[in-house]
Amino acid sequence: MTESSLADPSTAVDWSGDIFRVLKDWDVRQVCHVPDAGHLKLLTLCEEDNDTRTVTLTTEEEGVALILGAWLGGERGCLLMQSSGVGNTINMLSLAKTCRYPLLMLVTMRGEYGEFNPWQVPMGQATRATLEAMGVMVLDAWDAERVGETVAAAAKLAFNGQAAVAVCLTQRLIGAKDFRALAEPKAPAEPKP
Amino acid sequence: MSMNGHSLQRRAVVAGLLSDRGDDLLVVTGLGGANWDATAAGDSPLTFPLWGAMGGALPMGLGLALAQPAKRVLILTGDGDLLMSLGCLATIGVERPGNLAVVVLDNERYGETGRQRTATAAGVDLCAIARGAGFAATAEARDEGDLAEVRHLAREAEGPTFSVVKIAMEPLKIVMPPRDGAYLKDRFRIALLGEDGVV
Repeated sequence: MTESSLADPSTAVDWSGDIFRVLKDWDVRQVCHVPDAGHLKLLTLCEEDNDTRTVTLTTEEEGVALILGAWLGGERGCLLMQSSGVGNTINMLSLAKTCRYPLLMLVTMRGEYGEFNPWQVPMGQATRATLEAMGVMVLDAWDAERVGETVAAAAKLAFNGQAAVAVCLTQRLIGAKDFRALAEPKAPAEPKP
Repeated sequence: MSMNGHSLQRRAVVAGLLSDRGDDLLVVTGLGGANWDATAAGDSPLTFPLWGAMGGALPMGLGLALAQPAKRVLILTGDGDLLMSLGCLATIGVERPGNLAVVVLDNERYGETGRQRTATAAGVDLCAIARGAGFAATAEARDEGDLAEVRHLAREAEGPTFSVVKIAMEPLKIVMPPRDGAYLKDRFRIALLGEDGVV
């Protein structure tokens, strides 16, 4: 896989690659997720890495408990999800407060800057308040050049302090879905014979 | 025969599953009855008993099994907790950790909250769901003669394995482990990882 084949068209900065390097620096071994388009490149990097296991969850709350299990066994984990998934984690986040273990979460935002789908807005607007209500520290990342630095800061807080920390990757960073483009999808190109 | 029509006694079942456990068996329990049963069988630093986080036992056991492939990981939980994490059966079925076993203590009731009937009381077949999710082996026990197979699946057989033990609904004394989650986590890590478990 070449770098260019996964290049993010919205920015010249390879912020997904920057996140991946932070995860490698901290020896994160279990990356669990309910997928989101904003995490596509990072997930691909993780899947191609022999030392990183990616686990696809059926609901985000599984990830909160899975990372505690990994930590009991001596491995670091990271949970990737969309902001709507934060709502699914609420009661399971009790584990973070009662057990005090490193819980790093990367949240791609929907329902805020430039959202076209009103059904995404309620949870998107409640994401930070929900996380904070459960005792999670929240950092925002909107500048592509500073994503790596922000995730590194979050990882340091989480892994050194046995803390729950979320980085919200905002729609200004990942790009809001274009309603008109989605309404008139281009037919996929036929493979050439 | 108890009010739910089953006769196996949970404390004896769990004591049998955990006997001669040594250092190679790591145990995660779901909240409620499974926690008290495992504690009654003997509190151990290598048992992590959940006091809350309903639905968390399965994913927690999965993360542990993936991190410690050389150890056996046994998840002991109840039918109520299991029903809250049915999706995780699919997650486990995809990862297929060979060292992971699940045992469900199924009294067909929400035992901690007034004995309301769970879905298994109406015939929902958890073993069939686990088979469909890709578990390597499943078993259902209804009497003493079935327990040897459950012990085999829990302790030795190539995983992931899934067993349901139909148990009596009985009034039992609550036997509590330590309740501070941070302490339970630290003592588990230190028992398993030694000095590396200290942060």
